[in-house]
Amino acid sequence: MSSFPDAWTAVRGRPWRFLASAWPWRSVLYVASTVPVGIVVLVVLVTVVGVGLLTAVVIVGVLALLRVPLITRVVAAVERWRLRLVQPQPAGRRTSWREQLRAWRSLPVAWSEIGYAVLLSTVLLAVDGLALAVLSAPVVLIASPLFWQVTPGEMEVAGWRVDTVGEAWLAVPVGAVLLLVLAYLLTWLACGQAALARLLLDPPEERLQQAVAELRRSRSGLVDAFAAERHRIERDLHDGVQQRLVALTMTLGSAELEVEDGPGLELVRAAHRQAEDALADLRATVRGIHPQVLTDHGLVAAVHEIADRFPVPVGVDLALPERLPAPVENAAYFVVSESLTNVARHARAGRADVRAWVEQTGGVLVLTVTDDGVGGADAAQGSGLAGLAARVEALDGTLLVTSPVGGPTQVRVECPLR
Amino acid sequence: MPTPVRPLRIVLAEDAALLREGLVGILERAGHDVVAAVGEADALQAYVRRDHPDVVITDVRMPPTHTDEGLRAAVAIRAGHPDIAVMVLSAYVAESYVAELLDSAPAAGVGYLLKDRVGHVREFLDSLARVADGGTVVDPDVVRQLLRRRRDDGPLAALTEREREVLALMAEGRTNGQIAQLLVVSEAAVRKHVGSIFAKLPLDPAGDRRVSAVLAYLRG
Repeated sequence: MSSFPDAWTAVRGRPWRFLASAWPWRSVLYVASTVPVGIVVLVVLVTVVGVGLLTAVVIVGVLALLRVPLITRVVAAVERWRLRLVQPQPAGRRTSWREQLRAWRSLPVAWSEIGYAVLLSTVLLAVDGLALAVLSAPVVLIASPLFWQVTPGEMEVAGWRVDTVGEAWLAVPVGAVLLLVLAYLLTWLACGQAALARLLLDPPEERLQQAVAELRRSRSGLVDAFAAERHRIERDLHDGVQQRLVALTMTLGSAELEVEDGPGLELVRAAHRQAEDALADLRATVRGIHPQVLTDHGLVAAVHEIADRFPVPVGVDLALPERLPAPVENAAYFVVSESLTNVARHARAGRADVRAWVEQTGGVLVLTVTDDGVGGADAAQGSGLAGLAARVEALDGTLLVTSPVGGPTQVRVECPLR
Repeated sequence: MPTPVRPLRIVLAEDAALLREGLVGILERAGHDVVAAVGEADALQAYVRRDHPDVVITDVRMPPTHTDEGLRAAVAIRAGHPDIAVMVLSAYVAESYVAELLDSAPAAGVGYLLKDRVGHVREFLDSLARVADGGTVVDPDVVRQLLRRRRDDGPLAALTEREREVLALMAEGRTNGQIAQLLVVSEAAVRKHVGSIFAKLPLDPAGDRRVSAVLAYLRG
């Protein structure tokens, strides 16, 4: 394939090197393959659109018409693949067809792709068909002595009357020169066509941004839905099981006062203790799902509550406005909760500090959880931090863990307040 | 069940029907008179105005917003009816609650208990009686948590670690003898610590110094 990276560089290079390279052949192949592809696209489009229009009255047609963008998307994919003939792409990650199809469905309608498919099945098909026809001329010219051998006598080659065998031999160099010229012309044509395809088929920035914005919306929608669901579960537990258990402890507490000393009283007391243990377990669970104090009083109160229950002294310094947006508040709470849990489990720390403030300029929450433990924590390994990082990232935030061996460990979250 | 020294007229506010009925049961069996049991803060205030009870018992979290309606009502009742004792029940410790409740106009007794405490019926009834008699009762768990929280600053900074431990136990209502036993020191040593706590904290000399030592701290 010589040293040229693509057809366009080759055609502008030294003629001998260009002609000796594979690029003229690849260009011819590109132009030639346009014809069958164009015909197939033409047939499919005409069929679908035609049938669609004819049956539009009975909805089926509308459905067929709605499939057009998907068809043109497939065409675009085939064309992008065919482009490699003249513009090889650096190998990237290969996506499976299934993945691609899913991605295509989710992308906004690409009018440029539809436009390209129409262009391909009309203008490009005609131009390339013509180019192929022209290409047959030098081939026939070069082969004319052969024709003479087979059927001596007058013949017409590409509009040129050949009367004698000498003339037939003369046609060979003419054909060769024409072939060289056509090699250039066809490569230029292929390059022009490739540029056109690039222009129409490369996803423009705007479409990508649109898709990214849509993704971001749906992702934060998921996060919100998730938080709402946790909140609902918390309320259900709080209003249901928890109330019943408290009522049970009240009944058992009352029974303790009524039952006379003896084995009966011991049993009632044991039942009371068990009910309280169940209640304590339930409270711990509820706190892990969605702490009430967070909903009612916000991050500051909720973090204080964690710190109070924590076995190691925790310094809390939260300089925050009254309430943060609920999703940010939730994420921040669980970062603190999980980080402190890790401190208790792994860090062998004597003290931890939770600090948070809002950077005035950007409206960004910065939260740090620092401990004086042994360090060596790795967010990628197991620990709930990886899940938390995903949660923070869903809010366009970042979670950074610095934990050199020997400590100290710091978890730092930056999260825009949207 | 023992009849209380003094039967109380009580207005109760708790939005969970099950708990409301449970509480009414406990209170009535103890000989108290529950004049009204309601499920929301507005109704609570209305019944307090109409019936003028001895004690109000209210949950913190009630409809419509399920945040702190009960607490707001409690603070308002303390301000409007200085002679009505108020007992607040909360599902969890929130410092602001305690501060708000204690900071509201000094009046009749006031209590702040965690809901779990209600299951310990005798303790609950004792606390209620103390509040009705003008006392201040703060849940031991709440006190413990608040004591931890202020380790770095505030009036407690002046205390030694041991003095803080003693204060925490005092706040739970323990006697010097019990504290000595728990900390495995002599009672004389505990008395010395208590004396130095009283000296270090800015206390109102007129009141019960033991209670005010804790309250001075809780008020921040």
